[in-house]
Amino acid sequence: MTTTTTTDLVFDQALRSAIVTTERPPRASALSASLAFSWRALLKIKHVPEQLGDVVGIPIIFTLLFTYMFGGALAGTTGDYLQFLLPGSLVMAVLMVSMYAGVGLNTDVTKGVFDRFRTLPIWRPALIVGGLLGDVLRYVIASALVIGLGLVMGYHPAGGVIGVLSGVALLLVFAFGLGWVWTTLGLLMRTPSAVMNMGMLVLFPLTFASNVFVDPSTLPGWLRVFVDANPVTHLVTAERSLMDGTATAAEIIWVLVASAALAAVFAPLTMWIYRNKQ
Amino acid sequence: MPEQSESAVETRGLTKTFGATRAVDEVDLTVPAGSIYGLLGPNGAGKTTLVRMLATLTRPDAGHARVLGYDLADEADAIRSRVSLTGQFASVDEDLTGRENLVLLGRLLGHRRAQAKERADELLDAFGLSDAANRTVHTYSGGMRRRLDIGASIVVTPDLIFLDEPTTGLDPRSRNQVWQIVRALADDGCTVLLTTQYLDEADQLADRIAVIDRGTMIAEGTSTELKASVGSGVLRVRLSAPEQRAAAARVLERTLRTSVHLESDPTALSTQAAGPEGATFALTELSRAGMEIADFALGQPSLDEVFLALTGHPATITEAS
Repeated sequence: MTTTTTTDLVFDQALRSAIVTTERPPRASALSASLAFSWRALLKIKHVPEQLGDVVGIPIIFTLLFTYMFGGALAGTTGDYLQFLLPGSLVMAVLMVSMYAGVGLNTDVTKGVFDRFRTLPIWRPALIVGGLLGDVLRYVIASALVIGLGLVMGYHPAGGVIGVLSGVALLLVFAFGLGWVWTTLGLLMRTPSAVMNMGMLVLFPLTFASNVFVDPSTLPGWLRVFVDANPVTHLVTAERSLMDGTATAAEIIWVLVASAALAAVFAPLTMWIYRNKQ
Repeated sequence: MPEQSESAVETRGLTKTFGATRAVDEVDLTVPAGSIYGLLGPNGAGKTTLVRMLATLTRPDAGHARVLGYDLADEADAIRSRVSLTGQFASVDEDLTGRENLVLLGRLLGHRRAQAKERADELLDAFGLSDAANRTVHTYSGGMRRRLDIGASIVVTPDLIFLDEPTTGLDPRSRNQVWQIVRALADDGCTVLLTTQYLDEADQLADRIAVIDRGTMIAEGTSTELKASVGSGVLRVRLSAPEQRAAAARVLERTLRTSVHLESDPTALSTQAAGPEGATFALTELSRAGMEIADFALGQPSLDEVFLALTGHPATITEAS
């Protein structure tokens, strides 16, 4: 027999009363399960705020570098270039942050907490939908940082507060659609850093071969074909127009349709992999 | 609703292959409701894969299973609402605090916010984690993490709980606490299916044990039955002089006509003895041959010996998968 200490006895009594079978609560609704996961995403930002650093850092550095290094050469003055660049930087910042949807999901898979969530009697997409909803706060923080920096540097949005806010809102919709691409990758790749590398591999060509940094009219023909087809180009065009107060319905609808198309393809794909993951 | 069945788990021919490896190979398992059931086997034996299939995480390639009366293939959602899994690696979120982890699970399981908080505090208290409740889990020791992990599995008390190697890597005190938790769960009527590579753990906790090796179930029964199936008791002899051991082994082999196991202690050797008479005879023969016996013991075989007898290799050797 092992000796039983007093602390163990106290432990045992509390233990037994906690274990006694309790009434099983009714199943959580799809909405409350998703919101519980968004709450988790918010807690992670609170406990590990530095996770935003590396991805928001890149657009901030690029905004500063491109404006002051190339701005004068590209647009005559750095001020004129910043007017052109800032909506693009904003898009770049949020797209980079959106990768975290995949990185975070992959971390859950590799750490084992994913298994617990998958054995819960909940609406199955809740983990991913809730995570993407929680990411909205990250996007808002990243947007605020880039726009704040722009304003400090002298950016003047002709579209005013409404223009900027609707620009951010449209960007959030697109990031939610794109998030499903990252969750698909997050379930397919082996490690969180592999998801990150793959994300960079996709995002760098898409953001550089677009109209984020330069006006595509000077590009060689073959590259223009790519740039014009690039969804990031369309997104940046819509963002510029909104923030300049000159947006057309067609520009906005293009982005909304693209966001819906991304979700329509990659949400079912994510869920299929989720269900069949070993 | 299925009829209340006697078995918490029943599998027939359950099989899972990964490439060329048959991780679980036609396993027929019956876990009586309300019992503590041990799956015993070395690393890579297929225990985890078996548990993951039963917890609806991995799909079987062949065979059938009923868990709490529900069909594994068709009623996975009903199973999920009545079972919990504590995985081999911490299945809690390390970036969150202990309390936040439990509140999160309470909310996901349908508790309202206040209920979820109340239940979280009750569990933190019961598992001796109140002081660490507001610290993020990555600051927890292995034992604390494991207790939180089990606590997370009983936010709503399940009818069946899977514990995959619940004490691997824990210090003796933490291990005792986990054992206490397992016994308390079973006393409340919860069926516990645990995997372990520790023979004494299965011996101490489990009402019935299935021995798993290379994906197949090679023996099943109570600890006593398993020991009896290996045969008579074990005679263990320690000599005063290690250099006499080889000669002593020959004497024992000749008199008892069984193989002799040389233990890691250079003076000790053990063998199957056909009851007290056989043992007495063997000891007499040893003395007659001039061996000086320091001490001897005749006992039931340990599960270690059971494993050796059943598989031909010791349980502690890790199988390459």
